[in-house]
Amino acid sequence: MSGRLALLIATLIAVSIAALALGPVALHPGELWRVLAGGADPVARAIVLDVRAPRVALALLVGAALGMSGAVLQGALRNPLAEPYLLGVSGGAAVGAVLAVSIGWNEPTVLSLAAFVGALSAVLLVMGIARASGLRADPRMLLMAGVVVGAFANAAIMVLLATAPAEAARGALWWMMGSLGSAQWRDVLRLAVVLALTGPLLLHWARDLDALALGHDAAAALGVAPETASRRLYLTASLLAAATVAAAGLVGFVGLLVPHLARALVGSRHRVALAVSALAGSTLVVGADLAARTARAPAELPLGAVTAVVGVPFFLSLLRRMR
Amino acid sequence: MIEWDDVSVRYPRAPTPALAGVSFTAMPRSVTAVVGPNGSGKSTLVRALLRRVPLERGRILVNGSDVTAMSPRELAQRVAVVVQREEPAFPMRAREYVALGRTPHASAWGDGGDRRGTAAIEEAIAQAGVGSLLDRHTDELSGGEWQRLRLARAIAQESDAIVLDEPTTFLDVAHEMAAFELLTDLARRGRTVLAVSHQLNLVSRFADQVVLLHRGVVAAHGAPDDVMRASVLEAVYEWPLVVSRDPAIGAPTLVPLRRTVPSRE
Repeated sequence: MSGRLALLIATLIAVSIAALALGPVALHPGELWRVLAGGADPVARAIVLDVRAPRVALALLVGAALGMSGAVLQGALRNPLAEPYLLGVSGGAAVGAVLAVSIGWNEPTVLSLAAFVGALSAVLLVMGIARASGLRADPRMLLMAGVVVGAFANAAIMVLLATAPAEAARGALWWMMGSLGSAQWRDVLRLAVVLALTGPLLLHWARDLDALALGHDAAAALGVAPETASRRLYLTASLLAAATVAAAGLVGFVGLLVPHLARALVGSRHRVALAVSALAGSTLVVGADLAARTARAPAELPLGAVTAVVGVPFFLSLLRRMR
Repeated sequence: MIEWDDVSVRYPRAPTPALAGVSFTAMPRSVTAVVGPNGSGKSTLVRALLRRVPLERGRILVNGSDVTAMSPRELAQRVAVVVQREEPAFPMRAREYVALGRTPHASAWGDGGDRRGTAAIEEAIAQAGVGSLLDRHTDELSGGEWQRLRLARAIAQESDAIVLDEPTTFLDVAHEMAAFELLTDLARRGRTVLAVSHQLNLVSRFADQVVLLHRGVVAAHGAPDDVMRASVLEAVYEWPLVVSRDPAIGAPTLVPLRRTVPSRE
């Protein structure tokens, strides 16, 4: 276990260094070192510190947040197909963002805020529907409510896009495919604050997840109140996912794939699996973003498409090993 | 000690109550068995103890304290319950699963693997005889191995009382016997043991008292000899049977008969 963990950490560091060094202006390792040490020429410094570093930092945080959020939701919902966008986060965020774009609010901070508000509204709506059904803590009811709200959100997006001006529609689409292209230090700071608040809470509640993953009656037998524990876990994990969507749009597949990878590496006890999910998520998103901006440079590929392309073969090999 | 005091439970939209005024006490140092036909309310007794269903009337006391006044964690420290249905969503190693029994004792950031916890886990593994399973994953175990592992998890919980909902499902004859011998051993060491079971013939050999449930009420209650009577059991199970004596130990033994006449229904 510790060998594989060390390999994962080494990969994360290597990918992050590569992401700082590579791009339209490639830097030698020596040059990169001089920049980080405070030397080098102003142009190299500007490229690394103002353009690439915030992008890499945001990728690290988005990956860690999506990985943890996915691991929490898979455990709490007892479902290997659960992922952070399932409980309405993606649909709600997209409606918020598309709505903002279609009425001409294109300023990035406003767009982020609209996506965040949309995501949280959808999560609350999903939990409200599950509550109204009388089966508020039944994972199946939450999943179904999430699917229903997602379908409704898709319909709303199609209507909004069909009537929006072409330029706005293109901007909204790009955002729905996920991108770190406009990463700035203030985005990094915002997501870092959310992760610093929610990450430790989720790690603290990881023991409840171990019990919940056995089923609600069994969790109660281990002294965990299943309804309370799962409700606060869904809410916190969804909040974290909503914050990533506000920062980088929809980056698919990370929250679904990474927890499986983490459990394959370190087992199913959630405290360790959550921490490793954060590491593996960071590695995947930093690597995918590097590929997104270098594979067809100067054109940039949508990040969500790259995570899916990297993720699918990975996921298939995991499935093969699970048998 | 666990006391069910005039307990009534009604599930939403159910025409009749699942439990209607059930009272009995599971005493320390003894094995109490709850038997009865399918749907007679046996599992509801256990779920009510865990506060998974609200009581319409009555109360449940553990060592004299009402369970509704306890936090779930306090309850789990006093009573270890092996529920009827449980399946890990993601397979884990058998040793990790047994260690989950320390959950109610773990500190905020610990996993219960302190010195006392580790000793309790080792002791539980030895008592339940699951030492050979520890490196396997929960999804690789047979039904019987999984039941024994769940028993080990409950023992590791180090509670005064242990409650099991059908602990011998999926067990073969030898493992059934071993499981009940383990339960009597736990009782002899001072624990309160309560087992919900369909195995009337095992219950009559191992239990100190038997509670027979029928449609949510206690139909008979007492020593195995008092409950295991053909007239009582025939009425409750609605099936012809005879009760004889086990030739080796004299315990009452139930023999269900084949129906020779078509059902009157």
